[in-house]
Amino acid sequence: MTTTKSKTVYTPVFTDGAEYRIPTFKLLKQDGSLYKGGKAPDIDKEKALRIYHAMVTTRVLDERMLGAQRQGRLSFYMQCTGEEAAIIGSTAALDDADMIMAQYREQGALAYRGFTIDEFMNQLFGNEKDYGKGRQMPVHYGSSKLNYMTISSPLATQIPQATGYAYGQKMAGDGHCTIVYFGEGAASEGDFHAGLNMAAVHRVPAIFFCRNNGYAISTPADEQFAADGIAPRGFGYKMDTIRVDGNDILAVYQATQAARKLAVEENRPVLIEAMSYRLAAHSSSDDPSGYRSKDEEAVWREKDPILRMQNWLTKKKWWSEGEEKELQERLRREVLETMKRAQKLPPPPLETLVTDVYDEVPPLLNAQFEKLKAHIRKYPDEYPKSAIHVQGGA
Amino acid sequence: MAKMNMLQAINDALDLAMAANDKVLCFGEDVGVFGGVFRATSNLQQKYGKDRCFNTPLVEQGIIGFANGLAAQGSFPVAEIQFADYIFPAFDQIVNESAKFRYRSGNLFNVGNLTIRTPYGGGIAGGLYHSQSPEAYFAHTPGLKIVVPRNPHQAKGLLLASINDPNPTLFFEPKRLYRASVGEVPEGEYQLPLGEAEVLKEGTDVTVLGWGAQMEVIDKAVEMAEKEGFSCEVIDLRTILPWDVETVAESVLKTGRLVITHEAPLTGGFAGEIAATIQERCFLYLESPIARVTGMDTPFPLVLEKEHFPNHLKVYEAIRESVEF
Repeated sequence: MTTTKSKTVYTPVFTDGAEYRIPTFKLLKQDGSLYKGGKAPDIDKEKALRIYHAMVTTRVLDERMLGAQRQGRLSFYMQCTGEEAAIIGSTAALDDADMIMAQYREQGALAYRGFTIDEFMNQLFGNEKDYGKGRQMPVHYGSSKLNYMTISSPLATQIPQATGYAYGQKMAGDGHCTIVYFGEGAASEGDFHAGLNMAAVHRVPAIFFCRNNGYAISTPADEQFAADGIAPRGFGYKMDTIRVDGNDILAVYQATQAARKLAVEENRPVLIEAMSYRLAAHSSSDDPSGYRSKDEEAVWREKDPILRMQNWLTKKKWWSEGEEKELQERLRREVLETMKRAQKLPPPPLETLVTDVYDEVPPLLNAQFEKLKAHIRKYPDEYPKSAIHVQGGA
Repeated sequence: MAKMNMLQAINDALDLAMAANDKVLCFGEDVGVFGGVFRATSNLQQKYGKDRCFNTPLVEQGIIGFANGLAAQGSFPVAEIQFADYIFPAFDQIVNESAKFRYRSGNLFNVGNLTIRTPYGGGIAGGLYHSQSPEAYFAHTPGLKIVVPRNPHQAKGLLLASINDPNPTLFFEPKRLYRASVGEVPEGEYQLPLGEAEVLKEGTDVTVLGWGAQMEVIDKAVEMAEKEGFSCEVIDLRTILPWDVETVAESVLKTGRLVITHEAPLTGGFAGEIAATIQERCFLYLESPIARVTGMDTPFPLVLEKEHFPNHLKVYEAIRESVEF
């Protein structure tokens, strides 16, 4: 059986889809005023300040921790500078019990949900309090209590997983959805197609949130795809699709709020493409001066999403210069103090090497572990992180 | 001769291959104007143009599928997968397509011109997904060649041989040594043989075998062992598939002992294959059980990387236990 309901033509007619130009939804100008015809979403002062606080926290954390990486305190770091509105605006439009499946640049979502500076630091330093037990590189956060799936470095693998997770939510009938974040580069992976197609076919409550930040490491978007961004792909899957100014906190919030309604109330998955710019390097291992100009970056610095929200808050008289200064200083102090504390905590115990591979340690692995302990006992000075854990053993 | 690090040697090999044959193309994620995240393809786009050295979209299965098609057409694709940890979306293209193209068509078609370059291995604080050594998955696939160089000189000669070899070749580059390993490299084109192990040092008590970055570990371990008076024969396998049974067997017939080391986990690791074959070939000559010094049967950790790693102390202990058995 064919599912195509198309009319017949008698001369060859090609289409490249150019007639379907997808508009960009915007509400907020850089000066904090609304575009004519735009109406701010229903956000009260408390919610607005929760969002803003998360944005500033993320920015301060990113600045300080990149500095810590440069000082050699951390092996690696990734900033989300410039994309705070896209990430936090969308998370804020969800229920806190909705699932988040992120790529790796969405620390803002965690900050919004209430992940503490302590929790960030414990992961970054891989100490004994890190939920991930020091196994993954910095920024690979996870929190079951905040419904934030632990990050996996391979790109786009989370996209079809989000489809499956959302199908489970639909079956459970708990009224929750899953949001899955990914970059425009990751959208080239096969998993993107698999995830979106299955979501549309199985009608799952999922929001596919593409952070189109212009670059996949050094590869600019125009070498990534020939089409007009990621959004047109939504048509191919018959998925509700919207493109939004990713630096516009109000537009992102409103678009995601509407998407959640479609997802949860009608089981219609949604594709959101948020247009933004990765102001920072891809990671601490990257140097953008090899592939883009300072002038290009400067254009986007003018569109800073945090400043834009601050301007809006100021216009509403919900925020003042004094409060800004106080918040910045308090966060800087907290980040610095917490970092010093986290850095001093011991690494996870030696047995975390072999636990969680399976629910129980299999005999062969256990034998390898016993051999390792004996080896460390013989060379304690060579293994300063773990020698303390094997002393006095058989 | 010129002093080069491994990245420079690889870059030199690619440059020479592209200069010698305009059907050689280099592509992958970020390999174009940026020259790759490790800069192995630096200046190639500037020198040979965007049609011959270019960025691809971020899709590994696409990169290798595209490369298979190009190779079938008669071009010489040198595809880069940014990290070996990210090769798995291309597993189907490599295992079911690259490896079987010639066989399934009765040699009507083949992708023998294909070379896949990818950095592998740990020791760089890369955690689960920037540290893996996946050679054994591919070693289970007849039709592929798998090559791992240990230093800049080897990297250049083996890469040129891989590009020119009429079989699809996976070229695993030890990224820990990219800048750390520096040595004299002959100028101009030269090839080192695929499928041949190299005896780096002769000895009489025990054969110590590895490949890639583990050769550096072996050197340190052997230095310790020789101070204790153990005479070690050191072999770099160089090609994992098809591997050089003769050179290894000949050595073990002489020494009666074998220690094999690799970074990948023990179970299903390529050392197991070598051990099985060598015990068949050398059973009555073995003086001690064949020892394997490998990563543990776990994912690759981060903070406790050193504990997990088959370092020189563990290799030394295995040498000592083997000789004193």
